[in-house]
Amino acid sequence: MKNSLGAVDTVLLLGGRSEIGLEIVRLLVRLGASRVVLAVRDAPGLGGPGAGSGPGSEAGSGSEAEAGRLSGLGAEVHVVPFDALDPGSHQEVFDAAVRLVGDLDVVISGFGVLGSQAAYDADPAAAMTAVAVNYGAHVSVGLHAARVLRAQGHGTLVVLSSVAGARVRRANFVYGSAKAGLDGFAQGLGDALHGSGARVLIVRPGFVIGRMTEGLTPAPLSSTPRQVAVATVRALRDGTRTSAEVWVPRALGPAFGVLRLLPRALWRRMPR
Amino acid sequence: MTTFLTGWGRTAPTPATLARPRDLGELSELVAAAPVRGVVPRGLGRAYGDAAQNSGGLVLDCTGLDKWTFDDGRVTASGGVSLHELMTALVPRGWFVPVSPGTRHVTVGGAIAADVHGKNHHRDSSFGAHVRSLTLVTAGGTVRTLSPADPLFQATVGGMGLTGVIAEATFDCVPVESSRMLVDIERTADLDETMAAMASGDDRYRYTVAWIDLLARGRRLGRGVLTRGDHARRGTSDFAPRTLVRAPARAPGGLLNGLSVRAFNEAWYRKAPRRATVVQGIAPFFHPLDAVEGWNRMYGPRGFVQYQFVVPFGAEETLRRIVGTLSARGTVSFVPVLKRFGPGSGGLLSFPLPGWTLALDVPAGQRGLGELLRGFDELVARAGGRVYLAKDSRMRSDMMAEMYPSLQRWRRIRDEADPAGLFRSDLARRLGL
Repeated sequence: MKNSLGAVDTVLLLGGRSEIGLEIVRLLVRLGASRVVLAVRDAPGLGGPGAGSGPGSEAGSGSEAEAGRLSGLGAEVHVVPFDALDPGSHQEVFDAAVRLVGDLDVVISGFGVLGSQAAYDADPAAAMTAVAVNYGAHVSVGLHAARVLRAQGHGTLVVLSSVAGARVRRANFVYGSAKAGLDGFAQGLGDALHGSGARVLIVRPGFVIGRMTEGLTPAPLSSTPRQVAVATVRALRDGTRTSAEVWVPRALGPAFGVLRLLPRALWRRMPR
Repeated sequence: MTTFLTGWGRTAPTPATLARPRDLGELSELVAAAPVRGVVPRGLGRAYGDAAQNSGGLVLDCTGLDKWTFDDGRVTASGGVSLHELMTALVPRGWFVPVSPGTRHVTVGGAIAADVHGKNHHRDSSFGAHVRSLTLVTAGGTVRTLSPADPLFQATVGGMGLTGVIAEATFDCVPVESSRMLVDIERTADLDETMAAMASGDDRYRYTVAWIDLLARGRRLGRGVLTRGDHARRGTSDFAPRTLVRAPARAPGGLLNGLSVRAFNEAWYRKAPRRATVVQGIAPFFHPLDAVEGWNRMYGPRGFVQYQFVVPFGAEETLRRIVGTLSARGTVSFVPVLKRFGPGSGGLLSFPLPGWTLALDVPAGQRGLGELLRGFDELVARAGGRVYLAKDSRMRSDMMAEMYPSLQRWRRIRDEADPAGLFRSDLARRLGL
């Protein structure tokens, strides 16, 4: 549990290959977290390697290597299998994590796929799957997390939202609409957990320069996974409110306060 | 009723169901019906950290267990009786508690569970050493009577409430001839002089303690004010301590900062005589901070951390190094207290061991505090010392085994008394006890 100085001991990362998620975990371990559970699709020895490492997917470097790196920092690391699209298995992921490390101080709901709007236009079924991952699966995972954290009376669910959901843009409205749904869900969940001791932290990065956006030209106010992680960890340590939000970089908050008010006729002309 | 609880440091609140048993029967029933998240007893909430918190579980407010009797120098008290109540009644009759910590507002159960020490530790050891028998309510609601020879007794003294609830205890008091203290005050110029004066002169006094200035730099680092004394042979026996002022309910953060604490330390040092003998009341001598009700609120909404460690005699270099680091970094610490410990009480998780102990209050918001204290933990453990669990709110579990060599033995005894691990606190979870 969070100690008097805001350091945590245990972390569950759902989407154990997420660049931002892993960066958060690394920072938390450096600050004292001693036990980590990485919930990964195709965990080693449990399925084919790298089955989903196609373009636009988050999958990439091996989770074993990642676990090794975290162990090197002094943490005890466990890897459990996790399939976002199989909600029936989500309970077992949480049960396993609690069995392995006890109370969950931080749960990071960090999985997701970006994809391109053009590809989704051509393949509506793929669009539906992407929305299921980016939104539907987070609903299932978030509700499981809420149940565990509420019973514990402490712990924070970190939801990786996006400015793409703050106001959905024509250029990526499938992804953006899923993030908008996720953001709304996370806000509601934070309110539902008010008074329970558990918290929800919504992280809204802008364009993040990383594996997920490889080949795309960075947008204004972009950031790196490291910057997102630093902002997240700071909010985790200092925050006491039940429902908190961080924009990365911070300027995106006021920027979207204004952009939300832009007339549709102008907004739909946004180049990206 | 679900309530958010913190320790005296007011950090890291967690919710728990709070129940207040009024007698042994109710206590036993509540323990027997402990929920899956477990149960832990709580007294007056003076442990600084998370010892009497149990996130998502049950916390037993023991202050309703308030019966006590006194006979021939011996008190038999329910776990929830406060030392304040005992002193108020016993001092006018010529008796004093065997050990008094820096506040009167602790319960008998808490004093045993934390095996508290006082200014007489170098002569009289800690509270647990004076306990003759215990009534403990263990997992399942079983009521057991324990003598000091029982392993479970030794696991309960200093056991942080994790072996069961102390329903009742019998302990010896000490006779006193007045409620006055005859106190020698002495100012020292630096840390070496403070330590030398304590090492050479402590044995002449029943009670000794030194306040040292950790914000002073250079040659004056560790300058201090030694106060050492004993119960006066003559004088009034009246004892009716009062609260002088009350801290505001909502003090803003940052009041106790580098500037204000430095100024306070300077004034505190200057106001002390170079050398003098004075007569003081019990309350100003033992419990100066009890005069300010809710003084812990002065640290503002983020609260504070108390760090208290002990290193064995011979490891003075570790103490000097920690003091030097605190001074060099300008870490704000309010009224740090230095004390020499004597032999321990035999409690398996008891804090005191023969050596030097330093206690400091630090505002929780200071930058880099976590890493700094973590570094101190390692130095202390390497020197064969330990950190006081009743004050801890931030240590990591990996330090425990090295600091507390009897931990494995304690665990075996605890597991036997509580196989399902129903006695649990936030501290127990954090430190993997």
